[in-house]
Amino acid sequence: MSHKFIISRRQLLKTTAAGAALGIASSTFAVGRAAAADLTVGFVYVGPRDDYGYNQAHAEGAAVVKALAGVTVVEEENVPETVDVTKTMESMINLDGATLLFPTSFGYFNPFMLDTAAKFGDIQFRHCGGLWTDKNPTNTGSYFGYIGMGQYLNGIAAGHASKSKKIGFVAAKPIPQVLLNINSFLLGARSVDPEITCQVIFTGEWSLAVKEAEATNALIDQGADVITCHVDSPKVVVQTAAGRGAHVCGYHANQSPLAPEMYLTGAEWNWGKVYTDFVTAMKEGKPLPNFVRGGLKDGFVKMSPLGPAVSDKARAQFEATHAEIMKGGFSVIKGPLKDNKGNVIASAGQSYAEDAIELESMDYLVEGVVGATS
Amino acid sequence: MAATEIGLWGVPLAILAGAIRVSTPFIFVSLGEAITERSGRINLGLEGTLVFGAMIAYAIAYLTGSPWLGVLAAMASGAVFGLFHGWICKFPKVNDIAIGIAMMQFGLGMAFFFGKAFIQPVAPHLPAIGFGWWSSVPQVRAALDVNVLFLVGIALAIALYWAFRNTRIGLVIRVVGDSSDAARAMGLNPDAVRLLATAAGGALAAAGGAYLSLYYPGSWTEGISSGQGLMAVALVIFARWNPLGCLAAAILFGGAGALGPALQSVGVTGGYYLFYAAPYVLTLVIMIVTSSPGRAVAGAPGELSITR
Repeated sequence: MSHKFIISRRQLLKTTAAGAALGIASSTFAVGRAAAADLTVGFVYVGPRDDYGYNQAHAEGAAVVKALAGVTVVEEENVPETVDVTKTMESMINLDGATLLFPTSFGYFNPFMLDTAAKFGDIQFRHCGGLWTDKNPTNTGSYFGYIGMGQYLNGIAAGHASKSKKIGFVAAKPIPQVLLNINSFLLGARSVDPEITCQVIFTGEWSLAVKEAEATNALIDQGADVITCHVDSPKVVVQTAAGRGAHVCGYHANQSPLAPEMYLTGAEWNWGKVYTDFVTAMKEGKPLPNFVRGGLKDGFVKMSPLGPAVSDKARAQFEATHAEIMKGGFSVIKGPLKDNKGNVIASAGQSYAEDAIELESMDYLVEGVVGATS
Repeated sequence: MAATEIGLWGVPLAILAGAIRVSTPFIFVSLGEAITERSGRINLGLEGTLVFGAMIAYAIAYLTGSPWLGVLAAMASGAVFGLFHGWICKFPKVNDIAIGIAMMQFGLGMAFFFGKAFIQPVAPHLPAIGFGWWSSVPQVRAALDVNVLFLVGIALAIALYWAFRNTRIGLVIRVVGDSSDAARAMGLNPDAVRLLATAAGGALAAAGGAYLSLYYPGSWTEGISSGQGLMAVALVIFARWNPLGCLAAAILFGGAGALGPALQSVGVTGGYYLFYAAPYVLTLVIMIVTSSPGRAVAGAPGELSITR
C-alpha cells in the first residue's frame, strides 16, 4: 500500500512543478535507473502465477527471460483488470525501473495500458491478446498465439483413447477463440473416427471451481470418457475427470503432474520464446514489433509430452499430424464442413489457414459438437 | 469405466448428486452463521473464514498426510477468526457489519498470502462413503459417494434445532440474541455469549472451507469459494434463523446449482445463463411468496443490527 502512496505523491508533485528540490530528486532517480541492471522487464498477471493454467503459462515464459544475462524480471500477480493494473505498471516503471512491460490479461488493454503508455512514451508495452491496431500508441503492441491446432492434436489423442465415442469439453464463454478450440478438438477426434461426438458445457465464467467440477461430472455421467477444457485454471477439471476415471487433455500449461496416468497430452503456450524475442530485440536496441502472432509452427504453442495411456497407434498419428503442421499450410477448418445446425461452413476444397481473418469471428459449433453457443 | 447410457435420467441424478456434493459448504457456513446471528450478532466475515479454512485444511492435510487433522486445524483457525470478530465487536459503538467486511478481506488476504506455497502440491482427500453399492450404474455410484462431512452437517443441523429449543445453552443464546437487557437481568454476560457464538460460527464456516479444498472440488486455488460464504450468510435470513431451514436451503442451492451443467449435458443447450441463475431466482420467488407486508421478518433475533 505504501508504494502506491509514494507514487501518487510523487506524481502530484511532478505535475505541480513544486520546485528545484524536486528537480534534483527526479534527476537522481533517472541516474539510478540507468545505473541499475541493463534491462528490467515487468510482468503483470490477473491470477496466481502457479494456477496450472493461463497465468502459469505466462510465468513460465517470464522465468525463461529471467534466466537471460543482464535481465531483471519483476512480477505482480492477482492484479484485477481495474485501475489497480495502472498503479502496478506505474510502480514497476517508477520504483523498479522497468522499461518493457507485459500486462498479460485481456482486460488490461483498454484503457489501462493505453493510458499508461501515453503517459510514459519511452517505455515499451506489449499486451497479450491481439487487440493492437495502428491507431494505438507506437510504444504499445500485441502478441498472441493460435492454439487451435494444439486442440486438434489433443483431439487426435482423445479420439484414440475414447471407447464410448463421446468426448467432453468444459468451456468458459462462447467467444471465437473458445469455439475454435472446441471445434478443433472434435475435428481432431473425428480424424480418428468420424462417429465421435463432443459434448460441450459452458460455465459462463473464466474461473468457477465448483461449476467446472459439476460440468466435468455431468459430462462423464453422460458417457464422455475424455475431457478437455478452456478455462483459466484447468486444475479442477483435470483432477475431477481423472478422479472419475476419464482421460484428460490439458490446456494452457502442462497439467500432467495432477493426473500422470490419465493425462494424454495438452496444448500449452510457449511464451518463453515470444518473451525472449522481445527482450533480445530490446537489448540489441532494435525496434520491437508491434504485432506478433503465431502457432505451433512458429513456436508460440507446444504440446505436453504424450502420457503413458497414449497407444502406439495414437502416437503414430499424433506425430505424423504434428510433423505436417510444422511443415506449414495445414488447415483444421476445411470443407466439406457444416455447423451443428446444418449450415455450410466450408464447401469441398475450401479451407481456412490458422491465421485466416474469418476464424476470428467464429460463432458456430461444427457438426458433431453437442451444444449451443447461447 | 463402463459406458452406460442414462440419458435424461442424468438431470435428476445430477441434481441429487449436486445437492449432496455442492451443498456441504453452504450447510456449515449457514449453520455457523445461524448460531452467531441467534446470539444477536452478524458476522459477514465468514467468506474470509471459509477461504482461510480451505487453505489451512489443505496445507495441514498436505504437511501431515491426514485430511482430518486439516479439518481440525481449519476449525481452530476459524474459531480464532470468530474470537477476533467477537472481541472487536464487544467495544461500544462498533458496527459488526463493517468489522465483518474487514474480517472477510483480512481472511482472504491471509489465505492468499500463506496459501501461495500450497497451490501446486496435492493433498490427501477426505474419505467418502459409497452409498451406491446396490447399483450397477457407475453414474449412480458416483452420485451417491457421500462425504462424511455432509452427514455430519445434517446431524449438526438436527442437533442445533433441538438444542436451540431444549437446552440451557440454546436458551441462553436465544435470550442474548433477543434482548441484551433481559439477558443481563438474568445474570448473563451478553458479550461473552456472543464471543463464543461467533467463535463457534467461525469454526463451522472453516470446516465448510475444509470440505471445499479437501473433497469437492478438492484442491486449493484462490478462486475456490467464488462467493459461497457470502451466499450462505444470506441463506440464514432466507431460512429464518432455523437450522433445519438452513439445511433445506443449502441442499436446494446445491441441487439448483447443478441444474445448468446437467441440462447442457443432455442437450438442453439454450439459455444456460438463465439456468445458472436458477438458485437466485428460486430464492427470490420463495422470499416473495413467504413475505408479508404486515409483520417483520419472522424469527429474527431482536438484537440483530439489521432488525433493530
